[in-house]
Amino acid sequence: MNIRLPAIIVLIISAVLFALSWNSYGLAVTLGAFFTLGIFSFLYKDNPFYKFCESVFVGVSAGYWFVQLYYQNLLAKLIDTLGTASFGWIWIAYLLAGIFGFMMLMRLAPKIGWISRWPLAVIVGATAGLWFITYLQSNAMRQLENTIMPIQVFTGGVLDWYQTIGNIVVAFGTVTGVVYFFFSKEHKGAFGGAAKIGIWFLMITFGASFGYTVMSRMSLLIGRVDFLFSDWLRLVQ
Amino acid sequence: MAKGTQGGFWQRLMAIDRRVIFLAVGIAVSAPFFLPISPKIHITPEVESLYNALKELPAGSKVLFPFDYDPPSAPELQPMAVAAITYCLENDLKMVIMGLWPQGPQQANLALASVIEGEVGDVITYNGKTFKYGIDWVNLGFQEGREFVIQRMGSSFAAAFPRDYRGTPVDELDLMRGVTNFNNVDFVFSLSSGYPGTIEWVQLAGDRFHARIGAGNTAVQAPMVYPYYRAGQLTGILGGMKGAAEFEVLVGVKGGFGTRAMLSQTFSHAIIIFFIIVGNIAFFVGGRPSRLKGTEEV
Repeated sequence: MNIRLPAIIVLIISAVLFALSWNSYGLAVTLGAFFTLGIFSFLYKDNPFYKFCESVFVGVSAGYWFVQLYYQNLLAKLIDTLGTASFGWIWIAYLLAGIFGFMMLMRLAPKIGWISRWPLAVIVGATAGLWFITYLQSNAMRQLENTIMPIQVFTGGVLDWYQTIGNIVVAFGTVTGVVYFFFSKEHKGAFGGAAKIGIWFLMITFGASFGYTVMSRMSLLIGRVDFLFSDWLRLVQ
Repeated sequence: MAKGTQGGFWQRLMAIDRRVIFLAVGIAVSAPFFLPISPKIHITPEVESLYNALKELPAGSKVLFPFDYDPPSAPELQPMAVAAITYCLENDLKMVIMGLWPQGPQQANLALASVIEGEVGDVITYNGKTFKYGIDWVNLGFQEGREFVIQRMGSSFAAAFPRDYRGTPVDELDLMRGVTNFNNVDFVFSLSSGYPGTIEWVQLAGDRFHARIGAGNTAVQAPMVYPYYRAGQLTGILGGMKGAAEFEVLVGVKGGFGTRAMLSQTFSHAIIIFFIIVGNIAFFVGGRPSRLKGTEEV
């Protein structure tokens, strides 16, 4: 057997630590710590503990969502309604939805997979129709309206430099960003220059978005470290 | 120092074991938990704006709390929830809790439990005041249907949520008797980490049914939500853990997780920026490591 001594020592220490933890803080906190450390162990290198924790996570998630979908959708919305509601248009609507849902599953049988295109077409059509107005109103008109603003802003009769520069940047960034996505004219000369500035605005936007993503990931790490130090090891209050 | 030696040093730096970086980030995140200092938290206009919108609500106003997140997002959103619930209890605002995510209403109960004295029951106590379930707050639970639930709430809350999370018919809850649609709630405080979440609340509850909305979002989602704030579709935004910390300061939550975690957040960002700068210097001074150059030939 090719098991190194340090690995055995780490294993024994971990087992003792978790046994003490179970005894002192209960099963839930101990399991939480075990799975947290198991997932973190991947940072050193791939190992059986990580694989185990990952598999448990995937399995529990799949089980959880299956139960959730069954009880919240199939049972609560379809089966219960068909069983309790009196026959009428609503009952027929639910039955049709159920039939469409069943037709979706036909994708699993390659020979009759084409049947699933019918409910898919209904979903795509209905969603597009429902969201067209909403997106036009919230994401197009309201955003456009907000881009149309004064270049010079006066607060109490005095030029507000902060707002003024902000508005100029928004207006300039919007125009150059749109120019970049205008492909009917070759990006040359002044038009090409504007498109290049547009790329810079886009890159800065992506950079800011990425910065936020890093902050978010760090927050998750801080959350886990806090759990280990506060709830498990009780080193900090 | 000879140029060749310099190049060797920078190239070795480029090929540094990634585990060294993980260790550095780990120390940067962990060490601040044991340091008795906390950074000064600067309040940004978007957080202040949300707080001011809450301050405008008189006692007895109804605040709808969509808890649209699950435990993985709790480090960022739970401090916001705790601070928002604290504010509502301190200022006698009525809370209508719900969720478009299955675990959302449970997160709400956890946040409530961490604020009050004792356990969450029919009657809860905070700062010597008592609050009754069904009169001062309700938890409508989770409802499947995503944005269509919001759409339905626009015409009838009771149609979207016939029963609360305990199974009590909504008509039997005093707080919900006068609530037909969004016209009967004074503010919507969306806590969201993705879809369905703040964007759908803005598009439907805000733009279609004219509800006033403020949002607490994960940092990943915040950049997507900012345009709605700029356009006045949101009263304010709490973006990620930093937003949570600012809100805690404004509400006056002592020792909140967002505030406590700010030093770790600052240190970890500093170490990441340090590695980015060093990595770029190494890249430009020392050239690309042979390991990377080799990939071009494949």
